[in-house]
Amino acid sequence: MNRVIQVFTKESFLVPLFAIILGLVVGALAMLAGGFNPLLAYESLVVKVFGDLYNFGEAIRQITPLIFTGLAVAFAFRTGLFNIGAEGQFIMGMLGAVYVGVAFDLPPIIHAVVAIIVGALMGGIWAGIAGYLKAARGVHEVITSIMLNWIGMYFANYILNAFLVPKGQQRSEIVHDSAVITLQALSNFLGGARVHWGTPLALICAVIFFIILWKTKTGYELRAVGLNPHASEYAGMSVNRNIVKAMFISGLFAGLGGACETLGVFHYLAVMSAMPGYGFDGIAVALIGGNTPIGIVLGAFLFGALSYGAAGMKFSAGVPIELIRIVISSVIFFVAAHGIVRYLLKPILAKRKEEGR
Amino acid sequence: MKKKLLSVLSVATLSLSVLVAGCGGNAQQGAQQGQNQGQEQAGGDQAGQKTVRIGMVTDVGGVNDNSFNQSAWEGLQKFQQDNGLPQESVNYLQSTSDADYVPNLTQFVKDGWDLTWGIGFMMADAVKQVAEANPDAKIAIIDQEVQAPNVESVLFKENEGAFLGGVVAGSMTKSNKIGFVGGVESPVIKRFEAGFIAGVKAVNPNAKVISVYTGAFDKPDLGKQAASGLYGQGADIVFPAAGSTGDGVFNEAKDRKSKGENVWVIGVDKDQSLTFGKEITLTSVMKRVDQAVERVSKDVMDGNFKGGQVVTLGLAEDGVGLPETSKDTVPADVLAKVEEFKQKIVNKEISVPEEPQE
Repeated sequence: MNRVIQVFTKESFLVPLFAIILGLVVGALAMLAGGFNPLLAYESLVVKVFGDLYNFGEAIRQITPLIFTGLAVAFAFRTGLFNIGAEGQFIMGMLGAVYVGVAFDLPPIIHAVVAIIVGALMGGIWAGIAGYLKAARGVHEVITSIMLNWIGMYFANYILNAFLVPKGQQRSEIVHDSAVITLQALSNFLGGARVHWGTPLALICAVIFFIILWKTKTGYELRAVGLNPHASEYAGMSVNRNIVKAMFISGLFAGLGGACETLGVFHYLAVMSAMPGYGFDGIAVALIGGNTPIGIVLGAFLFGALSYGAAGMKFSAGVPIELIRIVISSVIFFVAAHGIVRYLLKPILAKRKEEGR
Repeated sequence: MKKKLLSVLSVATLSLSVLVAGCGGNAQQGAQQGQNQGQEQAGGDQAGQKTVRIGMVTDVGGVNDNSFNQSAWEGLQKFQQDNGLPQESVNYLQSTSDADYVPNLTQFVKDGWDLTWGIGFMMADAVKQVAEANPDAKIAIIDQEVQAPNVESVLFKENEGAFLGGVVAGSMTKSNKIGFVGGVESPVIKRFEAGFIAGVKAVNPNAKVISVYTGAFDKPDLGKQAASGLYGQGADIVFPAAGSTGDGVFNEAKDRKSKGENVWVIGVDKDQSLTFGKEITLTSVMKRVDQAVERVSKDVMDGNFKGGQVVTLGLAEDGVGLPETSKDTVPADVLAKVEEFKQKIVNKEISVPEEPQE
């Protein structure tokens, strides 16, 4: 029993939890100021996400890509790189998957696997470009990866319009059934929610993330380069090679996310007028999760549930979308600003330290 | 002591919030059950009291997009006010990405709303999917035909409205050259073009219409470029049917007007003289999404929902037309001609082509 209490009162658990509560309180104040009932709004949020099987399934659908992009951003963070380009890598993943899904005819399962792999590689290569430019020319990866987001989006639109979109349409043809990765039985059970193999794959990726970084020599090198490139170089590691490698692996995660989103949810790719946004949200998820695999899965859950439940707040409590954004942002703000929360939690933490002694 | 108090307090807040959340869930469930019961009762005595709930789902443009979605929501609000319905009887959900279409539509459908609107052709796939999964639900969509027994598709006869725009342009051109700027080549835009050309030819067989397609609905720079080319070739009136690409046409016309050139633009979808000013907006070919929403919503209230059908709104139904404000920019004799042609189209004496004639 004592151990259970210990787990739930650990600082790494307590701080984010308290941050979320603080964020919800600030959001509630904002809603009160706007003349809305915050309790009703939060109820509707919870009911929207957990209220019935269909919505729960759809919430999982919303959470899945965030796990992928969160892992992508966090992997780069761990190696001292700031990958803002998860968005573009995600788009390249979608593009690769939809191209293979539409243009090729392969047997079931193999088709899906090939499409996913191609999507992942496209994402990896896209991030690898930013990594190469950093390694070979010293261009900061923040600049290149942001630019590559836009290049990726317009490149995808070009390929779509040139090869995949039927005349007069705004989206590609539907991918062949053999490439679809919907979890049909589970989807039927969940009232038709669009759940797909991407979700288990995302969880597996979280495990792979851990294994690569902490259980392999490559991971040790990657982390070492991230912590201190000069020392690593002195120790005989190639900093440049590791930068490219780190970006490539980071892009693989984002590309996988894009591929699964296309093959599992839409089964087509629409011509984009704006970025899908999962890559940017992935930055927040990585931040909330403290760049740890379990943290990212939980962070993606929080972020996805909040943004999916937002529709419920609008629907049942009449809270306008703009206010809901304030609520979501204030939760993220407090999670990101550990310092404030630690300061507020000081009494509790200090007390435990005394007891522990 | 003080520290202890604080920690006790924070623990108290924590447990309280958990408690409240728990209770809240139950309360909500209770409320929902009550609501469902109320609904069943309402369904029972439909003839007596007309309680009707109508929801709409925007596409990614959002409800304040200054055009399509906004127009639809205005129509829905007007419907609610005109029929003395409670405010909760209309609601909208905004889609932030393509992925939201299906869950947003499903939200209304599963909650038993009498009609759910999908606004815009981008939602066609989602509407079809939701309609097939919920055969009892009533859904309506604008600008795209969805074949399902419980979906009413609302299309517009853009060609008829554009015809009247063409009549104005044909009567008022001095150079006998008129420009048309299209967005993506699609059936809707083709109808605009065909009607416009037919209208011009009807009053002024000597006038020539030059058509340019920009391939985009969201690129004002391309619109400006196209307009520059058209005005450069001597056209004095340009009609853009290209979403916000058309904003660039207005921009180019404004530049030229300030240099003393006598050029005009004919607006599209809404009364664009309100946005861009009467100095350059000759008239506008309006597409009344708001009226369509009002009309079909009323049908549902009166029990006349036309599931599985395609409703096409033209001049006769006031689904398209020119705005009142045109009388400030267009001479009375031209407006009289417009009215004359309108009557002929309504009486089916003239049929306006949907595809541009060679």
